[in-house]
Amino acid sequence: MSRNGKRTWGKTAIGLLLTGIMLFPVYWMLNVSFTPAQDMRKTPPDLFPADATLEGYRAVLDQQLPYLGTSLVIGLGTVALTVALAAPAGYALAKLRPRGGGILGFVLLAAQMIPGIIMAMGFYAIYLSLGLLQSVPGLIVADSTLAVPFAVLIFTAFMSGIPGELLQAARTDGAGPLRTFWSIVLPMSRNAVVTVSLFAFLWSWSDFIFASTLVNGGAHEPITLGIYHYIGNNNQEWNAIMATAVVASLPAAVILVLAQRYVAAGVTAGAVKD
Amino acid sequence: MTHTTQVPHRRPVPGHSGAAPTAPSGTRRRPSSQQWAAWAFLAPVTLYLVLFYAYPLYRNLDLSLRNYTVRSFVQGDAPFTGLANYRTVFDDPTFAPALLHTVVFTAVCLAFQYVIGLALAVFFNQHFRLSATLRALFLVPWLLPLIVSASTWSWMLNSESGIVNAALHAVGIGPVNWLTSPSWSLTSVIIANIWIGVPFNLVVLYSGLQSIPAGLYEAAALDGAGPWRRFWSITFPLLRPVSAITLLLGLVYTLKVFDIIWIMTKGGPADSSTTFATWSYQLGFGNLLPAFGPGAAVGNLLVIAALVFGLVYVRVQRKQESS
Repeated sequence: MSRNGKRTWGKTAIGLLLTGIMLFPVYWMLNVSFTPAQDMRKTPPDLFPADATLEGYRAVLDQQLPYLGTSLVIGLGTVALTVALAAPAGYALAKLRPRGGGILGFVLLAAQMIPGIIMAMGFYAIYLSLGLLQSVPGLIVADSTLAVPFAVLIFTAFMSGIPGELLQAARTDGAGPLRTFWSIVLPMSRNAVVTVSLFAFLWSWSDFIFASTLVNGGAHEPITLGIYHYIGNNNQEWNAIMATAVVASLPAAVILVLAQRYVAAGVTAGAVKD
Repeated sequence: MTHTTQVPHRRPVPGHSGAAPTAPSGTRRRPSSQQWAAWAFLAPVTLYLVLFYAYPLYRNLDLSLRNYTVRSFVQGDAPFTGLANYRTVFDDPTFAPALLHTVVFTAVCLAFQYVIGLALAVFFNQHFRLSATLRALFLVPWLLPLIVSASTWSWMLNSESGIVNAALHAVGIGPVNWLTSPSWSLTSVIIANIWIGVPFNLVVLYSGLQSIPAGLYEAAALDGAGPWRRFWSITFPLLRPVSAITLLLGLVYTLKVFDIIWIMTKGGPADSSTTFATWSYQLGFGNLLPAFGPGAAVGNLLVIAALVFGLVYVRVQRKQESS
């Protein structure tokens, strides 16, 4: 017994070490974000920000807030559009058994394999003729293509798990498909909505390729472009760049803390067969 | 960022097939009103797919078949030139290096991501204290925006002030110009991309390990098989279906990696880390004088490659589901 216990602690130690190695770049980002500008070019670099400074974060507050705001708006817009499109589709595919639904599922799968650069170029050509370049709604639509196919598949998997008897009972009580969807299926799919929303937000928040092709140089640019311009313009202020990177990573951190539960719920809902 | 679409992909498919048994068997002949309702619910997403997937793809194909300049781009009267753009691309001196880099980048990233991911999955499958928490922390590189990872790696690999060169210096190895020398730039972006891809492999392979019955290991241990033997005789063969899916999805997603390379090296110096994805972007958006036609042509070659492997993926998965 005690030998067994010792062995698991040994493994925990190895696990901690491996996690430490894996997360070292993240630590380094934090470390550099607190490093004063005059120590930035020191060799060897300080492993720990002994005289930590907040000047990097002050620069974020001074210069990056508009970018962060734009990213927030674009993220929320993408979430709304994605859920509005995908939830009804998931319901239909899971419960209404449409003819041709299998083909649609296949198309959704294939859609996710198209390289982003292709989509970006196509969107660029279309937006140029429509005058939608450098517009926030245009970027929201483009960003939603990152999430919609995934979202439909997640909703389908989730809603398949809702007992058919429940929907049958609703139908017997005279509820139409719309009513059933709105009052029963959607509330029961809360976890799927949360999962989809979190990922849709994260992906649009992190998008670089659509941003750099469709809204580059516009009045409203997201935070990914904020960082990109930063890298291009002032190679010296790496504490400000890394501080912006830390702030831009916050949604990922939130998802890791919050979504662990929801992502796990998504796995179990989808993993009927595993 | 699209590369992050990875992990959840696998989930829905079992749900798809799982839907079948829940429906009462008597619904073979459904009332047509339900069909109308079903397609009413599907109409928005279908329209969306046509407008925002099919149409951009079509526009991209159209771009690659015409001689576009900035002026004709706006006016829309570019002359049809057939496959001329493709010929331009094939004859371009960048073609051969870009093809080579794409193949090397994809193969090396996949191999390392898979091996490291599998080793970690087997390790975490032993369920020690804190294993669930640590496994969750391994997801961090996968969740971070690519621009964050790319800029962090850029600074870590900086020739003069980067921590990597400082560490190498400490063990007596001279400075390496990771991002600025043509012989190291591809290696640098490969290292960064492996780091980003390991979590996906870990998560999927770990979930695959869960479905291997523990009894098999106990029986093998009773027969005197050591851990190494158990891995090669039980884990690896039984994990083959999951491995195939992981590698194929990884292949499709690694082929189209763009952000990391562009942000770290812009494909340079002197095209030394150019892949099809960055070359396409370079042609279309990277120069003052955009070459949309050739850019779209390169992109379409990438689409063909991705779709070929995508179809292989779908076939493998169908086969696995039916067996």
